Amino acid sequence: MTFRIKPAMLKMAAAAWLLGATSAMADTTLEFTQWWEPELPAGSLRKIMDEFEAANPGIKVTLVSGPYATTRDQISVGAATGTLSDVVGLDGAWVNNLNAQGALSDMNPMMDASKFDKAQVADIIKVDGKAVMFPVASFVYPVFVNLDLAAQAGVTKLPSTRAEFLEAAKKMTHADKNQYGWVLPLSLQTPSGVQNDMMSWVWASGQSMMENGKPALEGKPVVDMLTFVKSLNDAGTISPGIATKTEQEKVEEFVNDRVGMMVDSLAHVNLIRKRNPKLNFDIIPVPVVEGYTGKRGLPYASWGIGISASSKHQEEAWKLVQYLMSEKVNAKLVSLANAFPGNVNAKPDFVTSDKAFGKAFEIFKSGYLANEFTGLPVAEDLMTMFDVEAQKMLAGEQSPEQAAAAAQKGWMAKF
Amino acid sequence: MTRQKRSRSRLKRAVAPYLYLSPSLVIIGLLMLLPMVTVIGYSFQNSAVLRRDPSFAGLKHYQAIFADPVFWASLGHTLYFTCMSVVFHMTIGMIFALMLNSDRINPILRNILRVLYILPWLFTAVIIAVIWRLLLEPNGVVNSVLIQLGIIGSKIEWFSSPETALHAVTFANIWAGYPLFMVSLLAGLQGIPKDFYEAADIDGAKAYQKLIFITIPQLMPIIISISLLDFIWTMQVFPLIWITTGGGPIYSTEVLSTYTYKLAFSSYNLSQASASAVVILLISLGLTLFYIRYQKAR
Repeated sequence: MTFRIKPAMLKMAAAAWLLGATSAMADTTLEFTQWWEPELPAGSLRKIMDEFEAANPGIKVTLVSGPYATTRDQISVGAATGTLSDVVGLDGAWVNNLNAQGALSDMNPMMDASKFDKAQVADIIKVDGKAVMFPVASFVYPVFVNLDLAAQAGVTKLPSTRAEFLEAAKKMTHADKNQYGWVLPLSLQTPSGVQNDMMSWVWASGQSMMENGKPALEGKPVVDMLTFVKSLNDAGTISPGIATKTEQEKVEEFVNDRVGMMVDSLAHVNLIRKRNPKLNFDIIPVPVVEGYTGKRGLPYASWGIGISASSKHQEEAWKLVQYLMSEKVNAKLVSLANAFPGNVNAKPDFVTSDKAFGKAFEIFKSGYLANEFTGLPVAEDLMTMFDVEAQKMLAGEQSPEQAAAAAQKGWMAKF
Repeated sequence: MTRQKRSRSRLKRAVAPYLYLSPSLVIIGLLMLLPMVTVIGYSFQNSAVLRRDPSFAGLKHYQAIFADPVFWASLGHTLYFTCMSVVFHMTIGMIFALMLNSDRINPILRNILRVLYILPWLFTAVIIAVIWRLLLEPNGVVNSVLIQLGIIGSKIEWFSSPETALHAVTFANIWAGYPLFMVSLLAGLQGIPKDFYEAADIDGAKAYQKLIFITIPQLMPIIISISLLDFIWTMQVFPLIWITTGGGPIYSTEVLSTYTYKLAFSSYNLSQASASAVVILLISLGLTLFYIRYQKAR
């Protein structure tokens, strides 16, 4: 049997090949590395990317996803070797190092060129004047109060100042029943307790741990905070095991009625309800120093986004960043993540359907996002240093002033 | 056969063994030597890995870690943790092996004990760390039992107190590691000829004399080999310490492995971390050479 190829067939095949080849050449594929996909409902981030692709013909997005720690290491190595993905998910604690490596693009010129409305974003993280990161979704850290324990202890008014918090913590503490007023996780394995559970008290009162871009740990705000934490410890109100306690253990103790109050991520609301559906709790802002009436800083952790300086598709990468920061898409993404939006106009759906989130959203809107570790060099290392000095203070080896001075010395060496 | 042909066939014979070995040599080179040499190289560079054009740093990073008091504290903790672990692994392993080898214990009970004693070996380091964290937490079972028995008056923060943390992680490691000794010594005990003990009985030797003059000398090669291997492995223990204490409180359980990890992944100082890793490598290498020499001497 002979098989003859007709000229018309040949022409058709050639045309199809040409069409495929040109469309393939026209397509730009963006690589987007992040740790968000495993933390979101299955397929939801991919769906958002599909919608972006449909709205931006010629741009395809490949998601490179992994757990947080793996992504962090991958991004550090990618920055060093010039193989960083076009668009990268960022934690504020990483951006200083990445910027020092020249790995992140300055988004200022892109914002200007596209007439991007800067007022619509909750925050723009800048290092050396370069806009390197937008927080896409923020997980704020208010105070969770076990209302049943509070009522049993006779705490009728939830604390709004540090003095009231100390009093409430004392009342809720019954060491003989393994019940404590507050919980402080200072494990060196994950020293984020310094940021979330200690410095949050400084930022809540509109204060700062920095001065002119340098650490100011010996200043009144940080020393006062350390003195306050020490007073809670001296009064025996903190659940034991501080030096090795992790954030997960903190949440477990709260869930199991072992502590009355904790500073924690709003992202844990659903987890707390799942672990103990009967737990009666409320959310309040982090208490402030006596007499402070200004806006409260709300500590937060965020899913940030930035563009790789080595990306050959800066324009397309900026389109993706803009898309994720846009009002509707941002609202959709943060609704999926139970987070607060990076776009100030976006309103996640859970704030209307859930009372606790609704209240937290009011706290969020009446305050401002505050996390001074964002953008600092080797932020985790700084937290570890502060953690060690705080542990020494709580062990009675030094005073709050000495702890602050020792941490300041260590931090200055890193600046 | 010409001289040329003869020399070619001699060359073939000489090369043949190396060709057979070449696949494993390539694998060893890629998986062991290359990473090792790379890390050694990083320890002499500034901003290793993090910069595309790292400059030569000489011995700067070694000087920095040797000048760091935390490094010396870590070295001290590592030695304490390792020596105590090896000594107790050996002692407990020996006691349990003797118990399991004894004819005086009912065979059924002996089999049950054999399973129970080997249990810690079946758990991974992470599981062991979690078990001991739960047991030794201030409100955990251990404190509760000790208070009930009147041994302690108040709760002890075993992992969170600088006074007890290092002893607590060492204890957890001892619990996790003795089965290796137990199994090895049990195999050794079963290989000692019965004649020796019969002769000792005829001579009127007591039990402890049989232990000192027959059992221990017969087991000595196993004891030394396993002790050396255990010393090398225990020196590198990381997950157990990391998960239980993270090197804290303060620096009371910081060992060389956690010190190096923090330099690399908390400070992002991969050059100093490499220098610290090279120090661990040199210590391990010294012990390994000692082990090899001992094995050759046998």
